[in-house]
Amino acid sequence: MVPGPQRCPPKGLSHLCEESETGGGPQISLHTPQILPCHRARAALRLTSQQNPPSCLEVLFFGFGWLFFMRKLFKDYEVRQYVVQVVFSVTFAFSCTMFELIIFEILGVLNSSSRYFHWKLNLCVILLVLVFMVPFYIGYFIVSNIRLLHRQRLLFACVVWLTFMYFFWKLGDPFPILSPKHGILSIEQLISRVGVIGVTLMALLSGFGAVNCPYTYMSYFLRNVTDADILALERRLLQTIDMIISKKKRMAMAHRTMFQRGEVHNKPTGFWGMIKSVTTSASGSENLSLIQQEVDALEELSRQLFLETADLHATKERIEYSKTFQGKYFNFLGYFFSIYCVWKIFMATINIVFDRVGKTDPVTRGIEITVNYLGIQFDVKFWSQHISFILVGIIIVTSIRGLLITLTKFFYAISSSKSSNVIVLLLAQIMGMYFVSSVLLIRMSMPPEYRTIITEVLGELQFNFYHRWFDVIFLVSALSSILFLYLAHKQAPEKHMAL
Amino acid sequence: MAALDRVKVLVLGDSGVGKSSLVHLLCQNQVLGNPSWTVGCSVDVRIHDYKEGTPEEKTYYIELWDVGGSVGSASSVKSTRAVFYNSVNGIILVHDLTNKKSSQNLCRWSLEALNRDVAPTGVLVTNGDYDREQFADNQIPLLVIGTKLDQIPETKRNEVLTRTAFLAEDFNAEEINLDCTNPRYLAAGSSNAVKLSRFFDKVIEKRYLSRDGNQIPGFSDRKRFGGGTLKSLHYD
Repeated sequence: MVPGPQRCPPKGLSHLCEESETGGGPQISLHTPQILPCHRARAALRLTSQQNPPSCLEVLFFGFGWLFFMRKLFKDYEVRQYVVQVVFSVTFAFSCTMFELIIFEILGVLNSSSRYFHWKLNLCVILLVLVFMVPFYIGYFIVSNIRLLHRQRLLFACVVWLTFMYFFWKLGDPFPILSPKHGILSIEQLISRVGVIGVTLMALLSGFGAVNCPYTYMSYFLRNVTDADILALERRLLQTIDMIISKKKRMAMAHRTMFQRGEVHNKPTGFWGMIKSVTTSASGSENLSLIQQEVDALEELSRQLFLETADLHATKERIEYSKTFQGKYFNFLGYFFSIYCVWKIFMATINIVFDRVGKTDPVTRGIEITVNYLGIQFDVKFWSQHISFILVGIIIVTSIRGLLITLTKFFYAISSSKSSNVIVLLLAQIMGMYFVSSVLLIRMSMPPEYRTIITEVLGELQFNFYHRWFDVIFLVSALSSILFLYLAHKQAPEKHMAL
Repeated sequence: MAALDRVKVLVLGDSGVGKSSLVHLLCQNQVLGNPSWTVGCSVDVRIHDYKEGTPEEKTYYIELWDVGGSVGSASSVKSTRAVFYNSVNGIILVHDLTNKKSSQNLCRWSLEALNRDVAPTGVLVTNGDYDREQFADNQIPLLVIGTKLDQIPETKRNEVLTRTAFLAEDFNAEEINLDCTNPRYLAAGSSNAVKLSRFFDKVIEKRYLSRDGNQIPGFSDRKRFGGGTLKSLHYD
């Protein structure tokens, strides 16, 4: 509703001023500036009209999270509890808003006080969600699944949440993450702990991903699988199932004849019953229990054979894919990524051994090198802004995409119809913590003039500690993934040839 | 022990609908105590009297092959599962009455088993569009079973049952709705037991009796991949 000039009494103006300072919302932006003479109102108006981008982008992120949940994660399940979907989308929306604020920082959108305000607000909300809301709902849904505790769900959910808070608080003790001058209920306390968990997760995923990526892309590691191998294995599987069937037929026939003869096969009760069972032939039931044991062993064998056959089919498909153009492209990328992975491991080791934390970010270093060594002169400030925007943008997009893909794979692998709610909430928690720590770590990739806002907002965290911790966990994770993949790779052809 | 003739019936459905409990109930007449995830295929055997009470009564083995997994599995898992779909004489489609998506997926399950797999598109078909033509020349008898009936509140029961009746009609199949943890749904003489018995009779007829009533001999060719060079190790 746009009031025309004649409908703007001073009372209405001050009302507008108040509204706009509390972030009134979109309806004020419809006013055109020239009808508001007072300076305060004009400044506030500019503020609110520029406040639109964050809020409508937030709604966009929320919608994206909602769609992702519905289309990808829950495509085989029915959403019974909409709370789960809302919580997931909210976590996603607020996490992405943090990245958006970093981009705004670099591009200089909005003015710095409003940016600071948005940062603080967003940080508070996301901490609220990650520390209070999501763990509480996880506890609630876990408790709902257990039949015994169903009646007093809320009570037990609170108990679970309190346990979580206790361990969460204790997490801060072994790490030198805080300077002692902060109070007990400050944001820094919460952020530091969330940061530790998130950085650990990031390093673990990053280490495993760095090793796994060349392993899956390169066709050098693909085992040779022929159609004859697959047929032989399938034949064995069907033979095993046939054996199971014939044994089960014997058991079924034995049960039927015993039933028809009027024998009951429940356990003999009482003292005399036991004595009788010793003397009279219980050979029928003994035979049956022997057959049952054989059937159990054969069933276990059939399960293993099924999994191996599925594995061989998957390998064969990968071999066929590697012969296509896309496959060759990924193979080439694999070589490139393996070099990158080795370099990262090397750098992590150097950082730990020589106890250094990179002082300059890649953008400034790159510009220094070009200016000093290559002698190319260009407008440093202009280019530094654009290059850091692109670099940070790429980092953000790839990390969001990589995380969502990993989470989806994880979800498909371990969820079932009962536990899907709990698992999705756990994934939302992981996602939130991951994104918060990315903000912590991305600080190092930005030139100093853009770092200030993160340092201001997050308070005096020991940023160097987080980088060191990341390097340590990354190294551990990468080396153990190499070991694990080596063992798995060695074991597979032996298993395969023993058939 | 005289070797009886056998028929093979597949039990298909989404993960978690209760196929293993159902098969256990049908074959052992007992409720399954600790259901766990089925990996691959689990088989059980039921002895069925064809045309019970008439002079033509004959006993057959019915093999129930409970194939695990979900309809959206990786294609490597689907190719492995395809091994179980050879020479099938009947299909039981199981869905969960409390989960609409499991009913919608039944169409894809039956197509997968009948070897005419529809390539899954990115868009979820919400009303389970069903094309009768794809099933027009289908000779294999189908039965639709809905599980977890006890978990539906009385007020919603009619609505759910009408929906499933339409579903069963689409497949040109009978339908049974029950709760796998309660044996009384399949008690002898109940309408469910009669429907089940009729279904098994139909399967046996399709397999062993040709149209003019002549009996097709048992122990006949068993379709194998890669040619029939392998002797059937099936009968002991």
